[in-house]
Amino acid sequence: MIRSFIGDLGHFFTILAFIGAFFSFFSYFKATVANDLGLKKDWRLNGRGFFFIHVVGVMGVVISLFTIIYNHYFEYHYAWSHSSTRLPTHYMISSFWEGQEGSFLLWMFWHSILGMVLIFTNKFWESSIMTIFTLVQAFLASMILGVIIPGLELKIGSSPFILLREVIDAPIFKQDPDFVPQDGTGLNPLLQNYWMVIHPPTLFLGFATTVIPFAYCIAGLWLKKYRDWVRPALPWALFSGAVLGLGILMGGYWAYETLNFGGYWNWDPVENAVYVPWLILIASIHTMITFKKSSTALKISVILVIATFILILYSTFLVRSGVLGNSSVHSFTDLGLSGQLLLYLLAFLVLSIILAAIRWKELPTTEKEVSTYSREFWILIGAITLCLMGFQVLVPTSIPVYNSIVESFGGISNVAPPVDQVEYYSKFQLWFAVAVALLSGTGQFFWWKKMDKKQLLSDLTGPVILTLILSAIIILIYDVGDPALIVLLLAGTYTVVANAKILINVLKTSPKLSGGAITHIGVGLMLIGVLFSSGYSKVVSLNNTGMLISRELDEEFNRENLLLFINEPKTMNNYDLKYKGERLEPTGRSGLVKKDEITRIDEFTAVADNDIFFEGKKLFQAQDTFPIHAENVYYEIELTSQSSGKKYNLYPRIQDNPTMGSAASPAIKRDLSRDLYAHVVSRLSHEEVEWSEPREFKISPKENFFVNDYVAQVEGLERISKVQGVDLAQEDVAIRGFVKILGEEKEYEAQPIFLIKNGLVGRIPDEVNDLGLSVSLMNIYPEENKFTVGVSTRQKDWIILKAIEKPLINILWLGTLVLMFGFGVAVVRRYQEFKKMREKGAE
Amino acid sequence: MKKTHIIGIGIIAIAIFVIISTAGDASSYVTFEKAYEMAQKGKDKSIHVVGELTKDTQGEVTGIKHSSDKLSFSFVMVDENDRKQEVIYHEPMPADFTKSEKVVVIGSYHNDMFVADKILMKCPSKYQETTVSAGV
Repeated sequence: MIRSFIGDLGHFFTILAFIGAFFSFFSYFKATVANDLGLKKDWRLNGRGFFFIHVVGVMGVVISLFTIIYNHYFEYHYAWSHSSTRLPTHYMISSFWEGQEGSFLLWMFWHSILGMVLIFTNKFWESSIMTIFTLVQAFLASMILGVIIPGLELKIGSSPFILLREVIDAPIFKQDPDFVPQDGTGLNPLLQNYWMVIHPPTLFLGFATTVIPFAYCIAGLWLKKYRDWVRPALPWALFSGAVLGLGILMGGYWAYETLNFGGYWNWDPVENAVYVPWLILIASIHTMITFKKSSTALKISVILVIATFILILYSTFLVRSGVLGNSSVHSFTDLGLSGQLLLYLLAFLVLSIILAAIRWKELPTTEKEVSTYSREFWILIGAITLCLMGFQVLVPTSIPVYNSIVESFGGISNVAPPVDQVEYYSKFQLWFAVAVALLSGTGQFFWWKKMDKKQLLSDLTGPVILTLILSAIIILIYDVGDPALIVLLLAGTYTVVANAKILINVLKTSPKLSGGAITHIGVGLMLIGVLFSSGYSKVVSLNNTGMLISRELDEEFNRENLLLFINEPKTMNNYDLKYKGERLEPTGRSGLVKKDEITRIDEFTAVADNDIFFEGKKLFQAQDTFPIHAENVYYEIELTSQSSGKKYNLYPRIQDNPTMGSAASPAIKRDLSRDLYAHVVSRLSHEEVEWSEPREFKISPKENFFVNDYVAQVEGLERISKVQGVDLAQEDVAIRGFVKILGEEKEYEAQPIFLIKNGLVGRIPDEVNDLGLSVSLMNIYPEENKFTVGVSTRQKDWIILKAIEKPLINILWLGTLVLMFGFGVAVVRRYQEFKKMREKGAE
Repeated sequence: MKKTHIIGIGIIAIAIFVIISTAGDASSYVTFEKAYEMAQKGKDKSIHVVGELTKDTQGEVTGIKHSSDKLSFSFVMVDENDRKQEVIYHEPMPADFTKSEKVVVIGSYHNDMFVADKILMKCPSKYQETTVSAGV
């Protein structure tokens, strides 16, 4: 049965949200332009009312969609394609925003909350900013409308409430239109990660907040309050900078932990698309602060605040319109919304340019020539550097857009993005980063004091000397040799040292104002962290055996990967390491079990053979039945430090997803000064492995025999009454043998079964996974007290491991935290300023 | 000259430098024929070729050959001018590969073989199945 009610309800809420946003826009617009005070108030109340209706609509859509996912209504395309019955609840939340419609919804959800906050924190600005805010919201709501305009055949938006049968043309629906699939296709395994539960909401909160400074700026231009919009916009811009930055870094951290390209940033167009607006946003924060302090840089603030929001729309367009198609690995699928997205982008671009152009002449400026020793000058240079830094990334990222533009005019353009993205972007961004670091170190001195040549010299001497000493020490310890990286190290250290000096002074006098110094220390630390973890990351899994892994592979692969056979010790960079076999993951338990310790009942369930321990902790009792992840296989690698003899276990993972193929995720050993990052490049495939012809041994109980050089003996036999998966009748016989095999590490026991059913002989072999043996009980000769045991062998379990060492990566994460803390301090300070003025009635 | 003018000129200079150097570092989308010509002329710069995998009448991908250890593989790709070419990739087959609708290979010719350094895939709908059967 199709449960159509919830979908219809969801669709109703979508339309309600759209209409609410649109009428709220109209009312707030009227409230802003009305001259009569009473009328103004009435329209404003109307606007509020419609906005509340809009919020109810958005919440309704969210709840309806989540109900569909949570209750596994697979007749809906969204639930079917993004979820499955075996998905734990927290990942159902991720499947909520895995699709494009859901991520628009997430964006709108944040806007709804932010809109409420704005309504209750503004007096003067409410109507004007909400006009812009609700217009943005109406555009967003239209993206999930899924309405077709009759006559025009024009589809507006893509609804998350479409039924599966409306999307997919499968023969089954012709036979039975009410067919509901038993299960969904599931969430992409790479997204089944806790970071994917918190990264998208953070990133979209960052996206959502960029509209607020934009709304204040446009409202300021519109109402000719050229100077006043900056105060309320600034705390929001700072908040946005912090959240968006955090969101971007969380994405990087997810990539570091989950993907196996060995880093946190890959300069993929999708990453660049958010990096650029963030840089411009940071630049705009700097010019806005300058304006507040000295009434200069207003025009550039206007440009940058508008540019930030337009770039957010542009990035949405890039990622979601399918234009990146050939150049990005992970953009969304084209839902046919590109026209609508383009309209959205151009509408706000054109409107803001026209408005800014009309008001341009009236914007207050200072005619005074900027002095080289003024803080305005240095901050301006800093902001410009940030903009150029963004521009450099924007140009190549937009290459697919040029191609489409040229092609839409009938031309042919075949420009492709640079082949090695990481190398290409790094060589430019490095120098911009150096400039930013030097400026943020020096600029701070100009900020706090009136400067001239002499003063500057005396202020800078201390930090410069300290920087040189510290850098020299670091260079010696870490053997930094690359000249470009030495420069970056100097610049980064200088920022940290100079800002630390400022911070100490500020903390003595007015700790509330310390946000700037703290954030800049964070930036310096991040640069140093990036420098070492990327610039000096090195492959440590060097093939030191003198033997090629495979002749068919290139030299680099043979050199940089280690082939590990099970239980065979190898060495790697001050560690002895040993691959100890495959491990499986019980659902909802923290711990792993060995394949030899369990018997699989089916794909998702297992029974413990004996008591199971994991790293000293008891996981299961013998004969416990427990659910197990079908897709995840972990590879246990034991590291023994050669110096201290301490042992560590690493568990890199491979997920085998039937529809999406296999995906490898690294295991990371985190030390204070470095990360060891290891992933499985390849492994023995159990499906395709070849077993030898069984070799038969006719033996008595307790008689030793040799299989593959291992000593083995049959301990005894036992008649059993139940066999998994076989119906035994009264006259049938089942016998289990106990075969003991002495491996290198420990003793294994195989339990093959010999079966006589309806007079026919059956044999159920038992595999000893670690040793690569399959043992069968071939025959029993009670009169001789002997039996025949058949043993097949296969290639022993192996993996190919690649391990990379990333020095000082913790400095990057530490820098990130410091940066966020600094932003926090600044937000609090700027918001208090705004509140104070609002209470005075001078909003 | 005022300082603002100097700054302005500086910005424009850097912007132009960025654009020109991007144009210099940018790769290009070409056909196999063009890529082969380029390799003959001794230009060993990596380029992009867009194409599709060869499929039989049942829609199964044909022409994929694995090395004995599954660590590298080769496949046959048809470019936009319908030229067939065998492509070698020195890494294990990426997930989703056979499901891809369009493939972009980045690499260059080594003699008569196209060696890909990187493969990008465009799947019909990235993480979505295109059909549903009663068994699922």
